[in-house]
Amino acid sequence: MIKIARSPLLWFAVIAIAVAALLPLWVSGYILGILTVAYYYGVFSMAWDLLFGFAGEVNFGPTFLIGLGAYGAALLDNAGLGVPLSMIGGTVAALVGGLMLALPALRMRGPYFGLVTLVAVLILQNVIVIFAHFTGGEIGMTVADVLSIDTNVNYWYALGFMVVCGIILFGLSRSALGLILQASGQDPIEAQALGFNVTKHKLAAFCISAIFSGLTGTMLVFYMGAASVGTIVDISIGVQIIIAAVLGGRRTILGGVIGAIFLILATEFLRPLGQLNTFVVSGVALLVILFFPDGMFGYLLRRGERG
Amino acid sequence: MSGEVILRTKGLTKRFGGLVAVNNIGFDVNAGEILGLIGPNGSGKSTVMQLIMGIHKPTAGEVLLGGENVAGWPPHRIARHGIGIVFQHSRPLHRQTVLENIKLALLPDSLIKLAADPHVDRQAREIAERVGLGAVINRHPSTLAFADLRRIEMAKAIARDPKVVLVDEPFAGLAADEVKVFSDLIRDFRNDGRAVLLVDHNVKSVSALADRVFAMYLGERVTEGTAEEVMQNETVRRVYLGGKIETIQKDEAESEAKPPLLEVRGVKAFYGKAQALDNVSIEVKEGQFISVVGLNGAGKTTLFNAISGLVPYQGEIRFAGETLRGKTAGAIGRAGVVQCPETRELFTDMTVRENLDLGGYHMPPAETAKQLAWMFELFPILNSRQNQRAGTLSGGEQQMLAIARALMMQPKLLILDEPTLGLAPVILEQLSKALELLRQTTSITVLLGEQNVTFALPHADRVYVLEHSRIIWEGKPQRFAEEMGAGYL
Repeated sequence: MIKIARSPLLWFAVIAIAVAALLPLWVSGYILGILTVAYYYGVFSMAWDLLFGFAGEVNFGPTFLIGLGAYGAALLDNAGLGVPLSMIGGTVAALVGGLMLALPALRMRGPYFGLVTLVAVLILQNVIVIFAHFTGGEIGMTVADVLSIDTNVNYWYALGFMVVCGIILFGLSRSALGLILQASGQDPIEAQALGFNVTKHKLAAFCISAIFSGLTGTMLVFYMGAASVGTIVDISIGVQIIIAAVLGGRRTILGGVIGAIFLILATEFLRPLGQLNTFVVSGVALLVILFFPDGMFGYLLRRGERG
Repeated sequence: MSGEVILRTKGLTKRFGGLVAVNNIGFDVNAGEILGLIGPNGSGKSTVMQLIMGIHKPTAGEVLLGGENVAGWPPHRIARHGIGIVFQHSRPLHRQTVLENIKLALLPDSLIKLAADPHVDRQAREIAERVGLGAVINRHPSTLAFADLRRIEMAKAIARDPKVVLVDEPFAGLAADEVKVFSDLIRDFRNDGRAVLLVDHNVKSVSALADRVFAMYLGERVTEGTAEEVMQNETVRRVYLGGKIETIQKDEAESEAKPPLLEVRGVKAFYGKAQALDNVSIEVKEGQFISVVGLNGAGKTTLFNAISGLVPYQGEIRFAGETLRGKTAGAIGRAGVVQCPETRELFTDMTVRENLDLGGYHMPPAETAKQLAWMFELFPILNSRQNQRAGTLSGGEQQMLAIARALMMQPKLLILDEPTLGLAPVILEQLSKALELLRQTTSITVLLGEQNVTFALPHADRVYVLEHSRIIWEGKPQRFAEEMGAGYL
């Protein structure tokens, strides 16, 4: 405990959260809206990093889990279940869908797991379009309820949610389970020889990732008041989540938050450049990945390790 | 010294496709006993170890642990049942400290236990002290010396408290004083009443430690007994030394008078912290056939990879008078250095003909046709197999194809890295004939790396012996038997 209290990381995080919580005092509602989305993306990236950075499995389709959560919650809410029950239902949908995907896929070796997750996104997209009668198809669907109509409240919801998820996921990554997961991801044969059921642990990581992705998906849909393929399920959203996690730093969990905030804020601030903004942001992301493969946050941690 | 039987294998057999890697192997290891499992590369000893650990499932046979058959179980269950393994390569978690790496091995296989039990920390510290990691317990693995990385592997095995410990090449890459420390650690396993299986290439390295030795060759049992008995065994001597070493008289004065084609001077190479080459110098003159013999792990492949520009090194390598430093592997290949690696690296989904055509891709068609005809003359079997997929060839045929493909590139210097790996004696003879034909019909320069001395000596103009990353002997093949013979095994 004393060791944790002395960690500069903790104090840095506490100060950062305090500043973030007070932002509505100075910052416009427009910026708050952007940050709200960025915080949700931060949770997506953290959940993704638990699977990739620790269990060593690349999930190219994080939006499959997010989409199941979001659309599940939206459908349930429109059926009249109300926000809390719909959120639970959406999360369960993500978990069940994720399990159905992971059980067969995790048995495969190498890049095939990643390909299966990629295909899953395409299938979900198609299912949404085919059942347009229920899902609104390509146009999207609105939900009857929202979290709040107040920008500040929505912002605080997102911040609080991200902080809680961050604490849980970071804690998991530093726990005994996180240690076993890292061993399973880096050298499955050695991990098994040490007596660990690698498949079981990877499946657990996938379930945790699915729960957090799905739950965050339901939050997002009740924040936006609508769900559409383009804003929730599209492959490009998944790519952004992955880039944010790698940019922030693989195997750091918290790096995902930094990466997501950077990515979304940078895209927003460079909007005056017109179409060029995504180009510039992608360029910066590429440079960071090429020259600092540990990511922004990972680079700082690594320097501490050498010292 | 020895107690009850803890580990017993019976009729253990493993086939990979058509290849029988392990055939009907059976042995016992008692509590408080060290059994050395030896055999040259490709003999199947590592496969036996993997079958016991469950990394591969045996095709047939039993692995009895305390009387219970664990064959076919997943590795984590076998591990929980009491078999531990010390891997040859240390791959610790780099983000974690030494202490955390050891703690990992002490954790239960549980999803819900998020915090380690308090005794785990104390236990991990005790184990660290025991293997000599006490001073570096809070450091990260990347800052440690090679021997300390091996100590982490040892510590993890101790932490598992196994009844049976499998140790893969315990002394690979270690200096002489470190070998002593690790020998003591392995003796401690025995003194704790565990059954120990040491897997290594040769009798020499395990003879001081092992109570008994079990020798394998080409997947089969050769003999079993004390280290001395095994060393006296006729087959073992033939496998390692070859029977009678024959050499072909050549005009030495002529071959040594030619200008040097390849000069290697004072080359050092490291894999991380393990030294793979220590001040190695060799010279190959134009048209010569030079053999570098050494047991597996001696550094032959590293030497060849350094020449081919595939691993970084210190020192100087010159080819045809020009330094190779700073040249890419591709440029070195185009300059005429062609390596035929021990892994063969064939395109297994392509036909024999396609593999050969790829080798001759850079030449005009007429030249390719001529070269191809010559290949079929050297290796007639390939002619009849032209349209067969390379992956379906036998081991010997694959090796011939690999050599033929390398020759298609019209090398000035052909590097053959352990062409006899895993091949049956009858194939060796064919291969040997082809090499002799190659020598007689062309002026090609050949650098051959081998652990099979019988194969390496007959053609050689000069022989180098590589042991523990150093050249320990150099001379004419005729003198090898009297000067090196006994020491090599």
